[in-house]
Amino acid sequence: MRVRAQVAMVMNLDKCLGCHTCSVTCKNVWTNREGAEYMWFNNVETKPGGGYPKRWEDQTEWRGGWGLDRHGRLRLKAGGPAYKLAHIFYNPNLPEIEDYYEPWTYDYESLTKAGPSEHQPVARPVSSLTGEPLALEWGPNWEDDLAGGPEQLPTDPLREGLEEAVRAEYEQVFMMYLPRICEHCLNPACVASCPSGAIHKRDEDGIVLVDQEACRGWRMCVSGCPYKKVYFNHATGKAEKCTLCYPRIEAGLPTVCSETCVGRIRYLGLVLYDVDRVEAAASTPDERGLLDAQLGVFLDPDDPEIREAARRDGIPEDWIGAAQRSPVWALAMKHRIALPLHPEYRTLPMVWYVPPLSPVISAVEGEGAEADPDDVFHAIDALRIPVRYLANLLAAGDEQVIRAALKRLAAMRSQMREKTISGDGGSEPAAAVGMAPAELEEMYRLLAIARYEDRFVVPPAHRELAGRLAEEQGACGLDFAGGPGSCEPNGKPKR
Amino acid sequence: MSRSDLVLWVALPYVCLAIFVVGHVWRLRTGQLTWTTRSTQLLEQRLLRIGSPLFHLGLLTVIGGHLLGILVPKAATEAVGVSEGAYHTISVTAGTMAGVAMTLGFAILLYRRVRVPRVRRTTTRTDRATYLLLGVAIVTGTWATVGDNLIGGGYAYRETVAPWFRGLFSLDPSPALMAGAPLVYKLHVLGTLLLFALWPFSRLVHAWSAPVAYLRRAPILYRSRAPREAPSPETTPAAVGGSPRPLTREVTR
Repeated sequence: MRVRAQVAMVMNLDKCLGCHTCSVTCKNVWTNREGAEYMWFNNVETKPGGGYPKRWEDQTEWRGGWGLDRHGRLRLKAGGPAYKLAHIFYNPNLPEIEDYYEPWTYDYESLTKAGPSEHQPVARPVSSLTGEPLALEWGPNWEDDLAGGPEQLPTDPLREGLEEAVRAEYEQVFMMYLPRICEHCLNPACVASCPSGAIHKRDEDGIVLVDQEACRGWRMCVSGCPYKKVYFNHATGKAEKCTLCYPRIEAGLPTVCSETCVGRIRYLGLVLYDVDRVEAAASTPDERGLLDAQLGVFLDPDDPEIREAARRDGIPEDWIGAAQRSPVWALAMKHRIALPLHPEYRTLPMVWYVPPLSPVISAVEGEGAEADPDDVFHAIDALRIPVRYLANLLAAGDEQVIRAALKRLAAMRSQMREKTISGDGGSEPAAAVGMAPAELEEMYRLLAIARYEDRFVVPPAHRELAGRLAEEQGACGLDFAGGPGSCEPNGKPKR
Repeated sequence: MSRSDLVLWVALPYVCLAIFVVGHVWRLRTGQLTWTTRSTQLLEQRLLRIGSPLFHLGLLTVIGGHLLGILVPKAATEAVGVSEGAYHTISVTAGTMAGVAMTLGFAILLYRRVRVPRVRRTTTRTDRATYLLLGVAIVTGTWATVGDNLIGGGYAYRETVAPWFRGLFSLDPSPALMAGAPLVYKLHVLGTLLLFALWPFSRLVHAWSAPVAYLRRAPILYRSRAPREAPSPETTPAAVGGSPRPLTREVTR
């Protein structure tokens, strides 16, 4: 056993309002520059919908992530190093800019320079790639709030497995938001796909980064990542991705997307895991066993033996303490309501999601049933959608996993509602989901009260262990060519 | 032998090769941030799909052929029993196929670069110089192979150009050997020499990054934030109250 610490995230989809504040603040900090116009390290998708890039979840098309070969061994879905080298002059699985969208700006000068005329002057959209006028046909969030309308629904890979009639019905009753960042996987396919060895996972906190000096622009990581969260900068010729705002994390601060989240849906915390168990877990034969396999990789920080092993492996004492207070550990392991995004990609992702209960309840209301809280329980069981849809998203198609999580959320609501009304929540709802009333109350405090200190338990990095952090203070860490850093000499790549 | 022969076939080659070596050392040390293929596949894929493999695979074969034809003396191939006729047949056949593939690929890539606006916009001045010199080398090289050696009467470059080139490395150049070569060979050599001088400053450096080590590497890489070299007192001014050492590097393009 080798203990490692990972900074992980949970997003409570029940509370996401789809305001895109996370996307905008992230973009302003990280990708607001030439070559990165089309990149969204954080984006929020309306589900159902095709997503960004289009149909990213369809791995029969993009061949991202891992699969098992005939002998049950873990292999990159698109092919290993030999395949990568054979296709290095042309990567057959790479999205084109149209699959994201052609970035544009507006010709604002035409407004300030417009002379007197009969009509109002108009700022026309201009492509950021060519400088030519652009007819807008697709863009970031083109599907925003469309709830899988007739044009979007057929492009959603997740609707597969839902019967046609059911699909049409649920198309009318619900939509949900899915904020996405890099998953900072335990078994990252982008890292394994990188011919130059530029992408790596940090030993100390598990953050997956692209070394801008080592990246040679072979672009295999872009196609290797099943979440399509590595991007190719066409100005610098190098790959870029979400950094989990590591300069902030190192300082003990939450990421920009977490900090600015209006709905307070994001949680950041440590998870201790056994790096020696990662490969076996990712190789679990049954896709539906991957969730339990990944939970089996995590280590209980309340176990004295684990703490001892963590100390032995060089994890600082305050980090072990932070792991014990980790909201991610609580939501994923204690309460079992957070689930990994597409576990079937076998990357062991580390950004997990609490499935949204709201669409289920709206669906019940939509069917005419009065939203009697006691009915919700039965409704979850009786309803085939969108549980099936959520299962395709968060549980490799296993509806039981989603039902169990939704029931706990419903039980929590039930208990707290009762408590508000009669002063005593009773033990019935908790018993129905195999939990103690105190546990449900703890869950409520974490999910509904969601205090800043409870949501973000991020221990600062240890300078004495990282050597040069002190030296780098005040210097610009983001100073790669065309990077967001403001230090000189830096500047754009010269044209 | 005129003075221009000395300049062209002695001075220029050494200057170009010196720039090649020193330039690469400089680029290696200061230009890692711009050391990349600068792939444009994200912007256009249809033409690249044909053009890029055709060009690169053709080019690799051509380079292999040059190593055989230039660096291996005629006496050596004959010593292992390859007659002049056999050598000629092999080199002309393989050379023609590889040369045509490369030329075709280059033409597609050049067309793409000029006619696809997105790709054209990413083109730098260095890129333009690179394409010009590559074009000269490719056209003259293909002409020498197809026009001279396949269709025409042939030219025994292994008795002039090759020994002259090897002579550069044994510090015993014989410019007279080059002075008598046909014009197309002279242009080919000049174009290539200038390309070598441009190499370290252009995107061509990505050739040295061919990721063969990837084949034998562990799939998942972990890196520790711990310093690669122990920080010395001089390099930690922030710790002693000085101004932080700038970690920025010049952009080299």
